[in-house]
Amino acid sequence: MELSAKIEEQLCIVTVHAARIDAVVAIEFKDHLRDATENAPAHVLLDLSAVTFVDSSGLGAIVAAMKFLAPEQKLSLCGLTPMVDKVFTLTCMNSIFPIYSTAQEARRRIKAAA
Amino acid sequence: MRNETQGRSAPQAAKSDAKICLDPSILGTVRIQVYSSATAPRQALHLLKVALAPLNLTLEELGTIELVMAEALNNIWEHAYQAGRSNGPIELFCRQTRHGLLFDLIDTGQPLPGEHIPLGTPADLSVATRDIPEGGYGWFLIRDLAKDITYRRLDAQNHLHLRMAIAHAR
Repeated sequence: MELSAKIEEQLCIVTVHAARIDAVVAIEFKDHLRDATENAPAHVLLDLSAVTFVDSSGLGAIVAAMKFLAPEQKLSLCGLTPMVDKVFTLTCMNSIFPIYSTAQEARRRIKAAA
Repeated sequence: MRNETQGRSAPQAAKSDAKICLDPSILGTVRIQVYSSATAPRQALHLLKVALAPLNLTLEELGTIELVMAEALNNIWEHAYQAGRSNGPIELFCRQTRHGLLFDLIDTGQPLPGEHIPLGTPADLSVATRDIPEGGYGWFLIRDLAKDITYRRLDAQNHLHLRMAIAHAR
């Protein structure tokens, strides 16, 4: 489970370099995300464009990340592929996270709101 | 069995005796066997996707089946086999009917609590951030996406049956 992080002014963009966030990697994902966002600015954007499959364990790990980042940092998501989008929609998690189509759009909207 | 693929060809199946038997007539009955482990669900899902390839399902159909079966298989590993505190086989059967794809999952682990399928009610998300649940979405997804879900405890085995209204046979 490889993640990369880069910081742009008030935004930390974390990109997932794996096709699956499932029960096998959920804990590792959570730990790596915690490390990657230590001392990150107020907005954390998780780029899921390489991820084609998330199960309920992966979803739980993303929810856990949102909870450990709050309240100082806010977690947004971008690049949801069709099955990932479906899981977020079915569980109504799309009402909990700000979701952007691409990192580009997220960058623009988050900067405009700041 | 004429068409047998050893699980060793699967990326996650290196140290197990996972195997798949394909009936070459249309889909016939697909039987997949894996042994309980944290990666057994991935192994079984990989073999299932290989087995379902002849049906030329759309990515969404295949993804939906994968999601439901992932949740069911993860439950077997985490709860029936208590994440490795006990161990045993996991068998997955799939056959194509006029009503869609019928799946049966059999394991020899602990029964479901009260020998009932959990309700899988949707989580209440109108709560403070710190109270949003991190789990409990699995049965909700299974119940939402699958039909005719039944569970039976028979001869110290768990039998879970469900139907996916996908790929109806003519």
